[in-house]
Amino acid sequence: MTAAASASFPAVLTVLVLVPAAGALVLLAMPRARSDLLKPVALLASVLPAALAVWLLTEFDAGAKGLFQFSDQYTWIEGLGVSWHVGVDGLSLFLVVMTALMFPLAIVGVDPEHSPKPYYAWLLILETGCLGTFVALDLIMFFVFFEIVLVPMYFLIGGWGHGRRAYAATKFFLFTMFGSAIMLVAIVALAFLHASASGGGVSFDLVGIAENQVLATNTARWLFCAFALAFAVKVPLFPVHTWLPDAHTNAPTAGSVILAAVMLKLGTYGLVRFGLYLFPEASVYFAPLMVTLGVIGIIYGAIAAAMQRDLKRLVAYSSVAHLGFIVIGTFALNTEGLTGGVLQMVNHGVSTGALFLLVGMIYERRHTREISDLGGLQKPAPVMAAVFTVVMLSSVGLPGLNGFVGELLVLLGAFNAHRWWAVVAAAGVILAAVYLLWAYQRVFHGPASGANAEMPDMRWREGLVMVPFLAAIVFMGVYPKPVIDRVEPAVDAIIAHVEDNVAGFAEPAADVHPPVSLDDLGRSAGYNDQGTDHGTEGRSGREDGGAGHDGDGG
Amino acid sequence: MGTVLAQLEPVVTPAVDWAGLLPVLLPAAGALVLLMVRSLVPSRLLPAGLDALWTFAVVAAGFVAVVVLWQRDGEVTAFGDQLVMDGVALFTAAVVFGSVALAAPTLPRYCERVGIDSAELCVLTLLAAAGAVVMAGAADLIVLFLGLETMSIAAYVMAALNLRRLESLEAGLKYFVLGAFSTAFLLYGIALVYGATGTTSLDGIAGYLDTFLVLRDGMLLAGVAMLLVGLGFKVAAVPFHAWAPDVYVGAPTPVTALMASAVKAAGFAALIRVFVDALGVRADDWQPVVFALACATLAVGSVLAAVQSDAKRILAYSSISHAGFILVGVQAASDTGVAAVLFYLAAYAVIAVGSLTVVAVLSGRADDRTGLAVLAGLGSRRPALALGLTILLLAQAGVPFTSGFVAKFSVISAAVEARSYWLAIVAMVSAVVAAFAYLRVVVAMYFGDAGTDDADADDASPAMGLGAASVIVASVLFTLAAGIVPGLLESLSSSAAGL
Repeated sequence: MTAAASASFPAVLTVLVLVPAAGALVLLAMPRARSDLLKPVALLASVLPAALAVWLLTEFDAGAKGLFQFSDQYTWIEGLGVSWHVGVDGLSLFLVVMTALMFPLAIVGVDPEHSPKPYYAWLLILETGCLGTFVALDLIMFFVFFEIVLVPMYFLIGGWGHGRRAYAATKFFLFTMFGSAIMLVAIVALAFLHASASGGGVSFDLVGIAENQVLATNTARWLFCAFALAFAVKVPLFPVHTWLPDAHTNAPTAGSVILAAVMLKLGTYGLVRFGLYLFPEASVYFAPLMVTLGVIGIIYGAIAAAMQRDLKRLVAYSSVAHLGFIVIGTFALNTEGLTGGVLQMVNHGVSTGALFLLVGMIYERRHTREISDLGGLQKPAPVMAAVFTVVMLSSVGLPGLNGFVGELLVLLGAFNAHRWWAVVAAAGVILAAVYLLWAYQRVFHGPASGANAEMPDMRWREGLVMVPFLAAIVFMGVYPKPVIDRVEPAVDAIIAHVEDNVAGFAEPAADVHPPVSLDDLGRSAGYNDQGTDHGTEGRSGREDGGAGHDGDGG
Repeated sequence: MGTVLAQLEPVVTPAVDWAGLLPVLLPAAGALVLLMVRSLVPSRLLPAGLDALWTFAVVAAGFVAVVVLWQRDGEVTAFGDQLVMDGVALFTAAVVFGSVALAAPTLPRYCERVGIDSAELCVLTLLAAAGAVVMAGAADLIVLFLGLETMSIAAYVMAALNLRRLESLEAGLKYFVLGAFSTAFLLYGIALVYGATGTTSLDGIAGYLDTFLVLRDGMLLAGVAMLLVGLGFKVAAVPFHAWAPDVYVGAPTPVTALMASAVKAAGFAALIRVFVDALGVRADDWQPVVFALACATLAVGSVLAAVQSDAKRILAYSSISHAGFILVGVQAASDTGVAAVLFYLAAYAVIAVGSLTVVAVLSGRADDRTGLAVLAGLGSRRPALALGLTILLLAQAGVPFTSGFVAKFSVISAAVEARSYWLAIVAMVSAVVAAFAYLRVVVAMYFGDAGTDDADADDASPAMGLGAASVIVASVLFTLAAGIVPGLLESLSSSAAGL
C-alpha cells in the first residue's frame, strides 16, 4: 500500500516532522547571550515545514488512486512490530498544511511574556508532535505522537498561562492521558487479535489492519469504544469536554491558538482515520450515539458560550459547538457529511485560531477578558473591529466565507442520514450567530469609556499575521473547489471502505438524491471509479466495486 | 598407608567454571578487599573518594564480565547446576551492576555531607550486589535463599547507616524485622515445595510437575503461596509493601536508589525463576493470585503516591506502583512477559537511580530536606537539574520517547497477549493516577512560588559535584535513548528471555 511517492524529495514527510524538533534542540543549545536570535531561529524552524507543506500541496496528486501519497516507511522497534510509517491523503493533507502554517503565525504573532527560550522550544516540540500525529500510518507511532503533544502543551499552559494555570495544565494532561491510556491497550489488543485472526505476525500498520477486517463484530465494537473514548476527550465531545474551557482560557495566546486550531483536530482526525477506517462496522453501529453526542455538544456549547462573561471562555465554548458539527458530519457516514467534516476541521482551525489571536490582542492591551469591562472598541480600533467582524462571521457560517461551505455540507450529509438531528443541529448555527454577534456587540459597539477609548489599534505586525487567516477565510468560502477536489477522493475511499465491510450498509445519499449536490460546489468529475481494491478478504464478503456508493456519475 | 588411601575412591568435586562465576565473585571479592584495605590502612593515607571509585571499578569489571559471558554460546552452570548464568541471570546482573555504577559517583560528596562512613556503605553495596547476582542466577531454591539473605542483610544495615537520623534507624529496624518475618515465609514455602516435589532444584521442580500430576496438591499450593509472600515482600507488592515507604524515606537516599533498582531487579529475577520457569506448569494456579497482587499494587501505589507531599515518599510509592507494572509482565507467564519484565527492570533502574540522585543532591546536610517545598522554584534556580528530574519523572509516567513508555508498552503487550485485558487497563489507568503525582513535583518545580524556607545557604543551593551531575546526565541520556531507539535494549531483553 505504498502509494506512488514523489521521487523528487524522498522522505519529505519525515523531514517535515523532524525539522521543528531539531529546531528545538538548536534553541536549547543556543548561548544565553544571543537571546535576540531565539525568535528568528524558532521562526526559521517553523517556516521550513510550512514551506514543505505548501510544496506538498502543489505536488499532491488529486486524481491518484490509492490512499496515501508521499509514503515512507522504516522499521523502528523491530521486535515489537513497530515501524515509522508516514503518508498523507486528502484527509490529512490540509490538516498538515494548516498545522505547518499555524505555528509560524503563532510564533510571529505573539511574543512570550517571559523566558522565550523554553517557550519557543516547547512550541516547536509541539509542532513535531502535531505533524507526526497527522502523518502517522502506524498505530504505535500515531499513539506516541498523539500522547507526546501533552507535554509541551502542559508546560505552555502551566508556564506561560494566566489564572489557575497549574490547575488547568494538570487537568488537561490527566484528562487526555486517561483517554489515551485505554487506547494504548486497545491498540495492542487490536494488533495481537488481528495477527492471530489473520495468521500473520504482529504488526501495527494501519493500512494492513484496516484493509483486512478479520475481527469478530463484538471485539471490534469494544475496541472502537476504547479508541473513541480517547478521541472524544481530545475533540472534546460532551460529556468529557470539561478540561477544554479551563485549558483554553488559562493558556497563553499562542497556546490557545494551537489548542483550538490544531490539537482539537487530533481527536476528530483520529475519529475518521482510526474510527471509520479501522472499525467500519463499529462506526456504523455507534454512529447514532456519536451523532447524538455531537448534537448535544452543538447545543450545549452554544448555550454555555452565550452565558460566558469571559470573552476567551466564550470562544472556548464555541469550539465545543463547532467540533460537534465535525463529529456529526463524520458519523453521517456519507460523502457530503464527511467532506464537510474534513473541511470544517480546517475551517474551525482558521477561524477559531484567528479569534483567539484577536482575543489575545485585546487582552494584551486591556489586561482583561471580562466582556463587561470592554465596550465600544470599534472607535479606537476600527481595523481590529473589521478583522474581528470577518473572522466572527466566518465562525458563524456566513455564506461566502469558509464556515458556510463546511457547515452546509455537514448539515446536508446529516440530513440524509439522521434527518431530525440535522434539524436540531441547524439550530446550533443560529445559536452561534446569537452568542458571537451578541459578544461582538458588547465588546465593540456602544460608547467607549476610560481605558477602552484609548485602546491602540492593530500594529502592522499583527495585521500582517491576520492577512493569511483572512485570505483563507475568503478563499475557502468563495472557491472551495481545489480543496474539495483533494479531500473527496479520500472521503470516497473511506465511505467505500465502510460500504465494502459492513453488510447491508449503503450510503444514504445513494437513494435520496440531495437537493444540492457536491457538483454545485465544484467537484471534479471522474473520481467515481475510486473504489479501493480490497474487500475480497473482508468479513462481510461483499465485493461490489462501487455499486453502492454515490449514485450520480458526475 | 598409601595402599589404604589408594583404595579410597577419589572424591569427585563438581567442575567449577570460575570464569562463569565472575559476576558473583568480582563484587564479593571487591567487598572483601575494600574491607581489608580500609581496616588495615589508616584513612589519611588513602585518597578521598577511593571507596566509591573502587566500587565503581569493581562493578564496571563485573559488567565487562557479564558482557563477555553474554557473548559465549550456551549457559554457564556451576556447583553441580546450583547456579546458572543464563540470559535472565546475566541481564539482571547487568542491571544490578549498572545501578551500583550509577549510584557510586554520588557517594563521596553525599557521605561527606551527611556524615556517613563511605567505606561501610561501599562494602555493603558490593556484598548486596553479589547477593543479588546469586539470587538472579539461582537454579535451586536453597541457593536462591542464600543470595536473598546475603543481599537483604546488607540492605538492612545500609538502610540504618545514617546514624544521626532517627528515621534511618527506624527504617533499618523495620526493614530487618519485617524482612526476617517474610524470609521465614519464603523458607517455609521452600520446605513445603520440597515436600511436595521432592527436590529444591528449580529444573527438578519443573520436571516433576511436568511429569506427574499432583492430585493432592494442598502442600504444593501452600508452598507456592508462601514463596509468593516471601518474594512479594522483597519486591514490595501490595499487601506486603507496608515497610517500603518508611524504609525508602528513612534510608540514606543513595541506598534508597539501590533498593529501588538493584534489590528490586534481583527480587523480580527470582520471581521469574521460581514462578515462570519452575512453576510455569502450574501457571493456572498462581496467575490469578499474581493478577490480584498486581492490581492491588498498581492501585495502592499510584493512589498513595498522588497524595504525598514529600518527593522521596512520592518516589517510594511510585516505586510500588512500578512493581505492580512489572508484576503485570510476570502474570503473563510467557517469554514475552519475561522480556518485558527485564526491559522494565533495566529502564526503571536507571530512572529510579537518576531521580533519587536529584533528590540526594537537594536533600541537605541531614538528608531530610525532601519535601515538595524544597523543590519550589527549582525550575528557575537550577534549570538544568529541574529539566533532568522532569524528564525522569515524565519517563516514570510513561510519556513517549522515553524508556518508560517502551517499558510500559512491552508489559502491556505481554498482558494483552496473555489475554489479561483488564489487568492491562488497570495498569494504564493507574499510570494516569501516578502521573498526577509526578505532575505535582513538576508543578512545584516550575509553576509554584519560589519557596522561602529557612535553610542556610549551603542547603538551599547545594553544590552538585561532578559525580552526581554525570550520573543525572547519564541516566537522562539513557532514558531518552532507550525511548527513541529502543531496538538494542529490546533485542537484548528478548534474547535474555529466550525469545
